[in-house]
Amino acid sequence: MTDNNNLDELVKQNQEALDAHTRESVQWHFSPETGSPYWLEKAKGFDFDPLTDVNCFEDLNKFPLFEDDELRGGPVDRWIPKALLGKPTYVFETGGTTGIPKSRVVIDDFRIDYENFSDTLPDESFPKGSNWLMLGPSGPRRLRLAVEHLAQYRDGISFCVDLDPRWVVKLIKKGKIDEVKEYSAHVIDQAMAILGAGHDIKCMFTTPKLLEALAMRLMDEGSSIEEAGIKGIFCGGTEFTQQWYRFAREELLGENVYITPTYGNTLMGLACGRPFDPADDYKITYYAPQPRAVIRVVDFDDHTKVVGYGETGRVKLFTMTKELFIPGFLERDEGEREVPHAKYPWDGVSGVRPYHKIAQSTTVGVY
Amino acid sequence: MLEIPVLRWGKPYESFDQQEVVHFETGEPLAKVHQANAGLVKMDMRKAQRARDLLREIPCSKLLEICKNAANLYMTAELPLGNGKQTPEEFCRIQSASTGMPEWMCAGNMKKIAFVLENMESILDSLTRGLPLDILTRGYGKEERGVMMSYQANSPVLGLVLPSNSPGVHTLWMPILPMQVGLVLKPGSSEPWTPYRMTEAFYQAGIPRECISVYPGPHDVGSTVTELCQRVMLFGGQQTIDKYKGNPNVQAHGPGFSKILLGDDVVDRWEDYLDLMVDSIFQNGGRSCINASSVWASRHSEAIADAIAKRIGPAGPTSMTDPEAPLAAFTMTGAAKAMNGQIETGLSEPGVTEVTAKYRDGERLIELERCDYLRPTIVHCANTDATLANTEYMFPMASVVQCDQKEMLKKIGPTLVCTAITEDQQWSQQLLDATHIDRLNIGPIKTNALNWLQPHEGNIVEFLYRARAFQNEAPAAH
Repeated sequence: MTDNNNLDELVKQNQEALDAHTRESVQWHFSPETGSPYWLEKAKGFDFDPLTDVNCFEDLNKFPLFEDDELRGGPVDRWIPKALLGKPTYVFETGGTTGIPKSRVVIDDFRIDYENFSDTLPDESFPKGSNWLMLGPSGPRRLRLAVEHLAQYRDGISFCVDLDPRWVVKLIKKGKIDEVKEYSAHVIDQAMAILGAGHDIKCMFTTPKLLEALAMRLMDEGSSIEEAGIKGIFCGGTEFTQQWYRFAREELLGENVYITPTYGNTLMGLACGRPFDPADDYKITYYAPQPRAVIRVVDFDDHTKVVGYGETGRVKLFTMTKELFIPGFLERDEGEREVPHAKYPWDGVSGVRPYHKIAQSTTVGVY
Repeated sequence: MLEIPVLRWGKPYESFDQQEVVHFETGEPLAKVHQANAGLVKMDMRKAQRARDLLREIPCSKLLEICKNAANLYMTAELPLGNGKQTPEEFCRIQSASTGMPEWMCAGNMKKIAFVLENMESILDSLTRGLPLDILTRGYGKEERGVMMSYQANSPVLGLVLPSNSPGVHTLWMPILPMQVGLVLKPGSSEPWTPYRMTEAFYQAGIPRECISVYPGPHDVGSTVTELCQRVMLFGGQQTIDKYKGNPNVQAHGPGFSKILLGDDVVDRWEDYLDLMVDSIFQNGGRSCINASSVWASRHSEAIADAIAKRIGPAGPTSMTDPEAPLAAFTMTGAAKAMNGQIETGLSEPGVTEVTAKYRDGERLIELERCDYLRPTIVHCANTDATLANTEYMFPMASVVQCDQKEMLKKIGPTLVCTAITEDQQWSQQLLDATHIDRLNIGPIKTNALNWLQPHEGNIVEFLYRARAFQNEAPAAH
């Protein structure tokens, strides 16, 4: 009972903090002194005044849905809040297999996101001072710089092996499966070379498919992820299912290698997985990095309505950092709404998978 | 409820991912099928050689006996299925309920499978052209005439990405185990029944469990089977066939575009062959790739079309338990409607006429709450360029195409089964030389009348084994 009372109190405190953060973010992004040209222009078309009418997180429902197509094309500096103009700026891309990719300008957010995420990693599995292997897509995505910063923040050095998912999608669409295999083997060759080069790598970021490929290559060579020296893996970037999680823990890695699922993107930052509990049957529940980003599981037909706990809905994302304001965007994912957890005392989402209405037309899981 | 696990080299594996198979008419859940993930397949394929090694420990003669026993078990026994058991009658009932095939057709397909297994010795003797089967085990050996032969397995296992809608095709993989090659089966989502029942029959008859894996699962499981097995048989549409064209590892089975050609020497006697044409188009609900999808004739084509239409046009859906139910249902939402739309578009081309419409009461497309039917359709094409002159759908649908005999071979396109009714020796020779015809019948033989002692859609022996040179002594001087 005490635990539940504590959790209820934590949930309440976090909700108050979220409401305060919402007010502060809206003031920042819609103030003529600090806001971005994009939002200041948009606000002229609203039938409410964000500066006076948004006083809590619920009030974000007053904004129309954010359409991610708005992120395609330039000028990208329309997104930079006036207060941050002149700072060194990155552009990270998302999508891009067809047409103009979506771009997001970033100054420090990726560093802050990954520093926050670092605090959730257990030191025994991700020892401070040890080196990292980043095995996955690098630029123009943010992953390479983000993981590199994570490693540096934890006093390590990141070694990077790149993979271009856009090229893989093209090969798959053309049915060039042999070339996909060759390319995958080429990527794994490089990872094997780095792991065998005495760099004292103990931590890794990779995607489910690449982890599978690397683990099996090591097994084929009479070794394993554990024998290669890896103690901790954070894994994400493509669909990460409960069944795959179990397979990874039971068959790919063994009990001495820690793996944590993550769910993230260029707009949100990095959601953390609920700590592994065998009683949960490998269920994966994610919690967004509140209050910088918030995810809600909403009704398929009414995005302003949150579904009940355990019910299925579409993932709706809100981002409220100094650099970016997204007052509600429907992700291309669906899942089940989950109750708060002591470590993350706010709503979570489990069973994240491609939104069923668009899943059939999407080539997923290429890297 | 019936729960069916993944079988990993015979070992049941219960997955967190499950898919319900439902009754196509009522939506009632029939079973929960556990779903593999691609990683499981990748992990298991590292042990594929073990399947072949175990099979090679069993002499081929013994494997042929096992096939006979498996046939008997498949036809008559109550066999385990996941957490339950299944009699042959229950098998037909559940297969009909998920695929939309009438029960009597399901029973008919069981008989085909059993026939192949019972006659495996003759079939392999024929397919291998009389090769002593221990040569497949050892890799080399001398034939009775004293010639050294060597055959090398191209793969320790055959991967199969199986369809959901056509239980008859399962006959194609029956000869694999007696050739000492393991099986990796990826069942179709609505038809897990035959792969599981056949696997259990093989196990009970004496095949080691480690020789067969069954991986129900989503598309990426099928693509992983296709990627990792060095030999794969898969079933799909024309797009799938085109995708794997030229890939020696993959034998892709799609629409057959099977045809009946009436020679100029017999076409005036076309009525003698009416039964043959009707059966070729109509049997098994028109669902097989060996059902005729067109009849080509230089004259009388309108009369031929009319006569066929008069026979099959009135047929409509009845109960799945009707012992004479002529049609299979379409259980995939929108599939029948889409086909119907394509046919209507094809009918708008010049020279194309539907002949069946006047013989049936109502529309071709029958849309019900949870399934659809397409009623038999015969189309007359006055020219060979019409889209419907060379189109195939999974119901009794055929075109009767007017075409001069001398043009037929140029115009028919790829053809799985060609029945050419003629006694014209010169034309027969041209037919024999035509490389776009796979299975050739010269004479009055239904397109769907299979002789199992003949190669089927690519000789499975040539697909699985490579004939090569082998010497264990120096050759004689020459």
